[in-house]
Amino acid sequence: MLEKLLSAPKTYYGWLGFLLCLIAGCGLVYWQQLQTGLAVTGMSRDVSWGLYISQFTYFVGVAASAVMLVLPAYFHHYKKFKRMIIFGEFMAVAAVVMCALFIVVDLGQPQRMLNVMLHPTPNSIMFYDMLVLIGYLTLNIIIGWVTLEAERLGVEPAKWIKPLIYLSILWAFSIHTVTAFLYAGIPGRHYWLTAIMAARFLSSAFCSGPAILLLLLFLVQRLTDFDPGKDAVKTLATIIVYAMCVNVFFYLLEIFTAFYSQIPDHVEPIIFLFAGHDGHLAWVGYWMWTAVIMAFLSLAILIPPSSRTNPSLLSVALVMLVAATWIDKGLGLLVGGFTPNMYETITPYMPTVREIIIALGVYAVGALVLSLLWKIALGVKRKAENFSG
Amino acid sequence: MYNAKTVITGIIIFIVLCTAPFWVGLTGKNYKSTGIVLPKDEKNCVENVKFMRAEHMRLLNEWRDEALRKENRTYIASDGKKWSISLQNTCLNCHSDYKEFCEKCHVANSVYPYCWTCHIIPGESK
Amino acid sequence: MNKNRRSFLKAAGLSVFALSGGLAAVPGATQARTAPGRYDRGDNAPHAKRWAMVMYTRKFTGPEDYEPLIVACHKEHNVPNIPGAQNIKWFWLDSYEHTFPDDMNAYLNEKIRAASYPLLCNHCTNPPCVRVCPTQATYKTEDGIVAMDYHRCIGCRFCMAGCPYGARSFNFIDPRKFLPAATPNPVFPTRMIGVVEKCTFCSERLAAGKIPACVEASKGRILFGDLEDASSNVRLALASNFSIRRKPSLGTQPGVYYLI
Repeated sequence: MLEKLLSAPKTYYGWLGFLLCLIAGCGLVYWQQLQTGLAVTGMSRDVSWGLYISQFTYFVGVAASAVMLVLPAYFHHYKKFKRMIIFGEFMAVAAVVMCALFIVVDLGQPQRMLNVMLHPTPNSIMFYDMLVLIGYLTLNIIIGWVTLEAERLGVEPAKWIKPLIYLSILWAFSIHTVTAFLYAGIPGRHYWLTAIMAARFLSSAFCSGPAILLLLLFLVQRLTDFDPGKDAVKTLATIIVYAMCVNVFFYLLEIFTAFYSQIPDHVEPIIFLFAGHDGHLAWVGYWMWTAVIMAFLSLAILIPPSSRTNPSLLSVALVMLVAATWIDKGLGLLVGGFTPNMYETITPYMPTVREIIIALGVYAVGALVLSLLWKIALGVKRKAENFSG
Repeated sequence: MYNAKTVITGIIIFIVLCTAPFWVGLTGKNYKSTGIVLPKDEKNCVENVKFMRAEHMRLLNEWRDEALRKENRTYIASDGKKWSISLQNTCLNCHSDYKEFCEKCHVANSVYPYCWTCHIIPGESK
Repeated sequence: MNKNRRSFLKAAGLSVFALSGGLAAVPGATQARTAPGRYDRGDNAPHAKRWAMVMYTRKFTGPEDYEPLIVACHKEHNVPNIPGAQNIKWFWLDSYEHTFPDDMNAYLNEKIRAASYPLLCNHCTNPPCVRVCPTQATYKTEDGIVAMDYHRCIGCRFCMAGCPYGARSFNFIDPRKFLPAATPNPVFPTRMIGVVEKCTFCSERLAAGKIPACVEASKGRILFGDLEDASSNVRLALASNFSIRRKPSLGTQPGVYYLI
């Protein structure tokens, strides 16, 4: 099926070339980080994780979200999703690749990373995180490839793939649950010490992941003639609304517990995120308020069916939803977890330019993997369904 | 098989080329001593020379785990002599000339261990 | 023919995969001894069931009183002095409010509030850092010390997120450029870029029959002994004084006690 990559318009190769240049450029900055150490980042003794780990967390969610297509299609036989599933699965592959790279760039001694396998440590959540991510990546590559090959040949996929698909559905929940456990089991980090963390992660993933998928599919629809299907888009948008409502609801539950109990340890991170300290709003505060506004605006557009079915309004709402969830999980979660620090004082954190460039490089790798895989999928679908692209 | 002759000759040439270093090595002509300088005041290492030459890194790894994790900080060698387990304070005590001992052999064998990013080479601290 | 070739390739691919998997498993399996000799405990090393420290904070008059202790520790272990928020701390000072944030009240005795308190790794009985470490680079020894193996640390910094006491530092930058003395202590290594480090309760000194460097420099104002031995110096001090520990509600069971 790789031959599908050989017959593409010039613009496609131009895009790949651009991504490769971007990766190489960002790679140089990463090389510098390897030489001088993580001193090039904004992280510190008190804020020991930053942008890299937060992006890792966010993209585990994106990877897990493929299940929102697979589950209705295979557990509820919702046939209309079947055309889109492959894109969800391949997006999950790209997302897991990004997760792995975000972990690698965050390590102080990346050449020793296999120590996690050489000295398996069942009491560490990181160990399980590695297992579930590798497993999920493998499952999605196998399932995606086998089903796509079957589609190309115009036959039903081999029977043995079914159990793997069912397994991948359960597995998707596990990857984000385990990622939440990285945070939720740590004593003394009050913003993270909440039993609802895994549920929050899943709800946020199940709205933001499909939202990113839909936005990307709309883009593909513009560039090619591929049509994800009106009903499928409608159903997926409904799923996104429910998940986002649950996500906002869960966050409000956190607010209630913190502020009604008035336990300072639980109140302080939230106050820092939304009101700053000593009367000064921290930079992250502006982002948090933007997230709040965009979360509610996106819900205001997405909840009424009339605006939800309007394609351009839907796109705007999805962009706002993705931004809001990204700020919550890709920024606020880490900053709130480390501020106030373990002495109940404030150590400010802001990613440095070089840190952002390295993260951008990982994004570019994700985009490259996605572009290659989706091109193959589109090529097969085009042959099988005769649309032009 | 198509083009059997060319294919088989190709495979043979490939195998010969790949294994060439072994054949050349067997002739023994290219063997050069690394020219390392042994410590002057001490004749015996922890274990015999053959073992130390082949296994010193494995021994060091084992020493590290025994000393740090099991608190076994003494090594009783096969000749019964007791040694305190420490690269910096036992090994480098005799092998105090890093350039003439460790480095010469490591460079000759193209191995670049990074022990010295942490462990302090004798005389290095100025 | 075509089908045969396909199935042959499949079988061949799978066998290669299985074989390489088998080969990969070998290094894990060969954990047998390398050395022909035997291993033993040090001859003059004192042993305890659980080492602990008791700080007579009343006997220190001000931060300058702690200075020799900090210098002793940092010189002994080649702890670098890095300016800024990416610094390394093994033994350091902070206020009452920051050391015991759960214990603060607005009308606390001015003397106690204004005093400095020494901070170091608590060598918890139930250490979260050990629980979260994915490579066992940090681990608990038999006598209750939370130790570090810098060789194994991958620098994921999960332990730093896990430690509620801020006792762990990461080498963001090459520490050798920031050593505290012109000549590093030649009997102790430095650390390298990208690994986490912390106080070790001077396990290397204990192995040589010496007490920890800070205890030695404190001239009796810090006690070090076996918490499980009812007649030890630390137990006697705890029995006859009021003592507190940092963040006891987290269940980590710190091994550093403060007599206020």
